[in-house]
Amino acid sequence: MTTYNDFVIRFANVNGSGSASANGMFAKALFRMGVPISTHNIFPSNIEGLPTWFEVRASAAGYHGRREGVDLMVAMNAETYEEDVAAVVPGGYLLYDNSAGLDRRLFRRDVNQIGVPISKLIVSAYTDPRQRKLFKNIVYVGALSALLNIDFDVITGMVSTQYRGKDELIAPNIRALEMGRDYAREYLECPLPIQARRTDLVGDRIMIDGNEAGALGAIYAGATICAWYPITPSTSMAEAFENHAARLRVDKNTGQRKFAVIQAEDELAAIGIVIGAAWNGARAFTATSGPGLSLMSEFLGLAYFAEIPAVLFDIQRVGPSTGLPTRTQQGDLLAAAYASHGDTRHPLLFPSTPGESFEFAAAAFDLADRLQTPIIVLSDLELGMNENLSDPLTWDDRRRYDRGKVLSREDLDEVEEFGRYLDVDGDGIGYRTLPGTHPTKGAFFTRGTSRDAFARYTESADAYTENMDRLLVKWRTAATLMPAPEISGRRHRVGIAYYGTTAVPMAEALDNLVDDGVRLDTMRIRGFPFSDEVARFIDAHDFVFLVEQNRDGQMKTLLVNEAGVEPTKIVSVLSYGGLSITADTIRERVLKHYDENNLARLTEVSGAAGADGRRTSRQ
Amino acid sequence: MTFVAKPVVHHPKLPLNEIGLNRRDYEGLVSTLCAGCGHDAVSAAVIQACAELSIPPHRFAKLSGIGCSSKTPNYFLGNSHGFNAVHGRMPSVATGANLANRELYCIGISGDGDSASIGIGQFAHIVRRRVNMLYIVDNNGTYGLTKGQFSATNDKGSTSKRGVPNLYEPIDLVSMALQIGAGFVARSFSGDRSQLVPLIKAGLLHRGFAFIDVISPCVAFNNHNGSTKSYDYTRGNAASFVAADFVAPHEQITADYAPGEHEIVRLPDGSELHLRKLEEDYDPHDRTRALAHIQEASRDGEIVTGLLYVDSDGTDCHEILDTVDTPLSVLGEAELCPGEAALDGINAGFR
Repeated sequence: MTTYNDFVIRFANVNGSGSASANGMFAKALFRMGVPISTHNIFPSNIEGLPTWFEVRASAAGYHGRREGVDLMVAMNAETYEEDVAAVVPGGYLLYDNSAGLDRRLFRRDVNQIGVPISKLIVSAYTDPRQRKLFKNIVYVGALSALLNIDFDVITGMVSTQYRGKDELIAPNIRALEMGRDYAREYLECPLPIQARRTDLVGDRIMIDGNEAGALGAIYAGATICAWYPITPSTSMAEAFENHAARLRVDKNTGQRKFAVIQAEDELAAIGIVIGAAWNGARAFTATSGPGLSLMSEFLGLAYFAEIPAVLFDIQRVGPSTGLPTRTQQGDLLAAAYASHGDTRHPLLFPSTPGESFEFAAAAFDLADRLQTPIIVLSDLELGMNENLSDPLTWDDRRRYDRGKVLSREDLDEVEEFGRYLDVDGDGIGYRTLPGTHPTKGAFFTRGTSRDAFARYTESADAYTENMDRLLVKWRTAATLMPAPEISGRRHRVGIAYYGTTAVPMAEALDNLVDDGVRLDTMRIRGFPFSDEVARFIDAHDFVFLVEQNRDGQMKTLLVNEAGVEPTKIVSVLSYGGLSITADTIRERVLKHYDENNLARLTEVSGAAGADGRRTSRQ
Repeated sequence: MTFVAKPVVHHPKLPLNEIGLNRRDYEGLVSTLCAGCGHDAVSAAVIQACAELSIPPHRFAKLSGIGCSSKTPNYFLGNSHGFNAVHGRMPSVATGANLANRELYCIGISGDGDSASIGIGQFAHIVRRRVNMLYIVDNNGTYGLTKGQFSATNDKGSTSKRGVPNLYEPIDLVSMALQIGAGFVARSFSGDRSQLVPLIKAGLLHRGFAFIDVISPCVAFNNHNGSTKSYDYTRGNAASFVAADFVAPHEQITADYAPGEHEIVRLPDGSELHLRKLEEDYDPHDRTRALAHIQEASRDGEIVTGLLYVDSDGTDCHEILDTVDTPLSVLGEAELCPGEAALDGINAGFR
């Protein structure tokens, strides 16, 4: 039986061999045929020579999460043959280079081996060693086009656009594609029972990674200064900001730039530059990952206490310490929420999709200005570095930047008494002034030492306490401004909560659980401090599964500490090996909890039973 | 320290500068440093220099790190914003501040602990980036606030108050700044205001990174016999190769110079710096030889002061980054947001 647009293909390559662009082209071809896909790049912290994998999942149902069980493995790395063969589902396929015959390690009785003499084809067609290396990848893409029935024109069209301006590269690339395709057509059974088919399931969606979407969000939000220090997986965000700004933010007449990017000497300097710039009135941000966040803690405490806006994107990777630097995790929640010594706390945003990376990036700058405090956007490697389907980015031209409470020269003329830290409005947020605004009014000294409401240094216990209490008032204001949780259901006794990229496999997990007789209300947490709805959702259910990608249940800790949630009401579903959590894992853990506790699976509140058999194919 | 509040009323005969302000308009709060602290003299020199330049007092941005030196921005330019950052990290905050608003005059005040120890990395990198600012280190060779530990600029063999010698090699920030490419490098002494004030003025107007290392004795912990950062030692061992006289655009040159002995360096606003060579073969435009001279003098126990290096066509960070002339901080939605329509093209690029 032939299935269409529903398979997982994993490419096993050696890093530095030029496979990334070939594999990317393969994925994009499916996307351009209207097939919903998601990609996962599982790469080493290395330049050349170590194993790297790239997964493409096509899902007609629109499921974006990773799925274990590879339908077709492209085994191009002898070093990982054993594990690659083992990853294939029974009855699945394995494409390999049979120039030297079938390697013993590649044999598995229940897997279909597909041999293509890639090296032989390449050696006879190209003389340049570099071309021989690069075009190996292109040959297997050509073979796959025949095996999976991918429109050849879509692929060749992509080659032409990709090498526009370097036209001499187009013909040899197309030749390599044709070699692979022609060999497959002539010698192999084509197409396979797993196939692609042109469809319109993609709609107007785009394929983008979270880092690039976030960088565009920063540009739209009016960020002018980016200071950063290279660290995987955040680097591409700063680079994307610079690349897009170089096009979108240039003065038409002079060619001069309306932005500045500084690659700082370390993360301490990066956040210092951001804070200095924000103090002086510009919107500024940094992008980093866990180790950088640790280094930035001291400055984050200063910005919290001195009340300076700052935006920090933490593209999380696996900790502790250097951890697994090229794998994904949600392990920085507590470090981010409470970064720095003393009673310090920071608002957090949890984007789940590239579209939300864009939206939250823009929101972060408004929130930072409004709340006069650092805002940390907690993305992760999974979201930041993998190109995935996303609704198109949108912007409303009527939208105005919220620069918060900043007094102009005219305002200061009117003001009788200016106190930087006076809570005039009762929301815990004082009015700030920017350097250079007024000749005689509004100047103050920004410091990390204790001061009174008029920014004067003081060691008075009362003044200190009053200030710390006002910061709590501000914190409660923050809770009203953070994006609300997305809640659905409200009729089942058990709920499931998730945030960030644990949302990605959720639609699939929930649909499959319905088949198992388990129906759950859902809550996607999007910001911290939590709005009241978060605790209400948990209170309203017998218990709530909480899906996280860390060992210690860091979101659970936050909910217990900050939302007063009863710890026993939360059942953690944790995955932290560095690969994105799958729908199967979530489903298994949920069912295991039901079975171990002898819980009845159909748990609808009476009256609502059976009312909702709807499957959520897209979240 | 003194608890006597300064009278608010100005003496009617205090001279006014070109914008109708007198020196008192450039002052700050009363200092809480020890009586006789060199840092207060540096603050006084900053006040005099800024007043004489007739720059509106609110058009400065004052930045500092942590330590006695870093408290001093409180004591001058009370109408400008100040930022007391974290220890050793003032350079990054100053970089950000200058990137955001290139029109403000940026003054950074740091100390030897702040810049030569905890902040040496940030110091090195702000020099490299040529941030347009005046960076002053109040250098007393000691950690005053924590009661007299040696700092990294303390000379080897210089003794503590209790007579214990310092066993480690000193870091010379002047040599370091020269080596990494600072466009304006000077050393001075808090006790020599006639030398310090013109240097501050020139440093403020110089485009790019201007660095002044000011020997500023700590009367509480490092002003005894045996210290090489005391008032007496500095007075006795300071030697100047080049004297700098600052001449504002409209002023006439009144001094008589022997031909060939002086040279004019033009600053971006039209002011001039008149350099008088006190040592025949010293060339303040030759970075390599300046460095050699300083190190030779140091070997001979001399503290070289004065303007040690200046490049006359300096560039700054904004030129390197090719940013617009308007401060980035004042650009609004219209200049910054590409808008709805541009997103169509951007989205299309991801299909």
